[in-house]
Parts: sequence; C-alpha cells; structure tokens
Amino acid sequence: MDGKVQLQKQLFDYTASLFQEGFLDNQFNQLEQLQDESNPDFVVEVVTLFFDDAERILNELTTSLGQEKIDFKRLDAHVHQLKGSSSSIGAQRVHEACIPFRNFCTEQNVEGCLKSLQQVKHEYSLVKSKLETLFKMEEELLASSLADLKVV
Amino acid sequence: MGMAKDNQFHVLAVDDSIIDRMLIERLLKTSSFQVTAVDSATKALKFLGLVEDVASEIHQDVDVNLIITDYCMPGMTGYDLLRKVKESKSFKDIPVVIMSSENVPSRINRCLEEGAEEFFLKPVQQSDVNKLKPHLLKSRVKEEQEQPINN
Repeated sequence: MDGKVQLQKQLFDYTASLFQEGFLDNQFNQLEQLQDESNPDFVVEVVTLFFDDAERILNELTTSLGQEKIDFKRLDAHVHQLKGSSSSIGAQRVHEACIPFRNFCTEQNVEGCLKSLQQVKHEYSLVKSKLETLFKMEEELLASSLADLKVV
Repeated sequence: MGMAKDNQFHVLAVDDSIIDRMLIERLLKTSSFQVTAVDSATKALKFLGLVEDVASEIHQDVDVNLIITDYCMPGMTGYDLLRKVKESKSFKDIPVVIMSSENVPSRINRCLEEGAEEFFLKPVQQSDVNKLKPHLLKSRVKEEQEQPINN
C-alpha cells in the first residue's frame, strides 16, 4: 500500500511540475476529462497521434528548409498544422514556439526559420520525453493497483 | 429523410487534422451524438450526396442533423462548405458550425453572415459542444412542424 501512495504522490508532483513549467496547459486537463471507462486510453492515443504527426511535420520542415528554392507558403502551412495540433493536446511550449516561426515564414526569412525550427524541435523533444515519463508513471501506478487486488 | 439512429442526433464533423478529428469526435460522443468524421470538405459533400453543385433531389439515406467544420482546410475550406450547404435545397436548413484556431473577427462575421450558427475557437471545449443541443432541438421541432399531417 505504501508503494502505491508514493507512486501517487510522485505522479501528482510530476504532473504539477509540467504545468508549472509551462510544458502543458489546461487543454491537457480537458483531454483527461474526456477519458473514462469506455475510453480508458484516450489521452495516450491522442498524444501518440500527436507524436507521429509532429515528427512527420518536423521532417517535412527540415526537408523544405534544405531546398534550393524554399516554398514559404508550404512551410507556413505545415507550421500552422503543428501549431494547431500542439494547442489541441495542450503542449503549450511547442505551440508558442510555432508563433515566431510563422512570422519568419511570412517574412521569408530563412535564418529566422532555421532558428525557429531548432527551437520547435527542442521544445518538442522535451515535451515528448516528459509525457512519456508521465505515461510510464501512470502505468506503474496502474500495475501497482492491480497487484493490490491480487493480495489475499 | 431517413430516421436518425435511436433518435440520436447525427453530427458530421469535418477536419483535416487527425488529432482534432479524434478530439471533436470524442467531445461529441460524450454528449451522446452519433458522429461521422471526415477529413475534407469534398468528402463531406460526397457523404451528403451533394456532388459538383448538383443538389441531389433523390431521397437521402443520410440523415445529418448538424455539420461542424474546421475553417482552414487544404482545397475546399470550411467556408466554402458552409456556402455549398446553405445554397443547397436539401441541406440549407442543417445548422453549420465553424471551428478555427485563429481569432479573426472579419472571418467570424463572414461565416455568421453566410449562415453559420456558431463559431468555435480551437481548441474546442466541452462547453462549446454543450451549445449545440439547442440548435439541434430547434431544427428537429422545425422538421416536425413541416411534416404533412396524417389523418
């Protein structure tokens, strides 16, 4: 029982820190509220979709910025997509990093775009790592709860 | 028009973002709506049976009570979809709601003027979805009033 309480506290504190540090915003809470017994994996599913989508976009952005002739409109469209999806799952810092990126696209500023891409990639890898840690902790807590049920 | 499943309201959700589609579908299902989610305005029109400006007067097997669509989509935008629906004889009375990640007053006004019932800023919340039922109930009452009276 003690171990479980420890895990609960760890999970609680870790989650709180993610909000405090701005990695996640209230939209993430909204996702959690949509999870229930009929959809027990909703948050993990949506976030996983986000990871796949974000990685696809980041690869596209990297390729696009490596071209001889850069299509800034297309670039902007991709950044807009990433800005939207990160906002939809509550990945606040990724969302915010997309804002100056869009401005640089409009200005057709290559230097600015390259710097922004670095920043977005950085924020993305941070939030991905943190969310993966969060999900792992939840799994451990669940496993611990299930173990309790087996105790006679 | 065909009967809706179990008297549930059927919502057609249109969004090119897979994440947003998943979100809106979940939000709508939480409110007990039946949901069909498509990834483009073209697919939405196909689903409704509205193809190439020709509104089909054939009996529709599809019964959609509300359309909720993203504004910014590649190809046909949500605004274009709104216009096509409002111009169609068969579907002009279906309430249409627009969603957008961008808060552009002129865009919002344009949509409302074109006949959109609501304009939701993304990310869409449960509180936004809660605003849909009154529009749907209003449409249902209107539909019932237009039924011929049987002896």
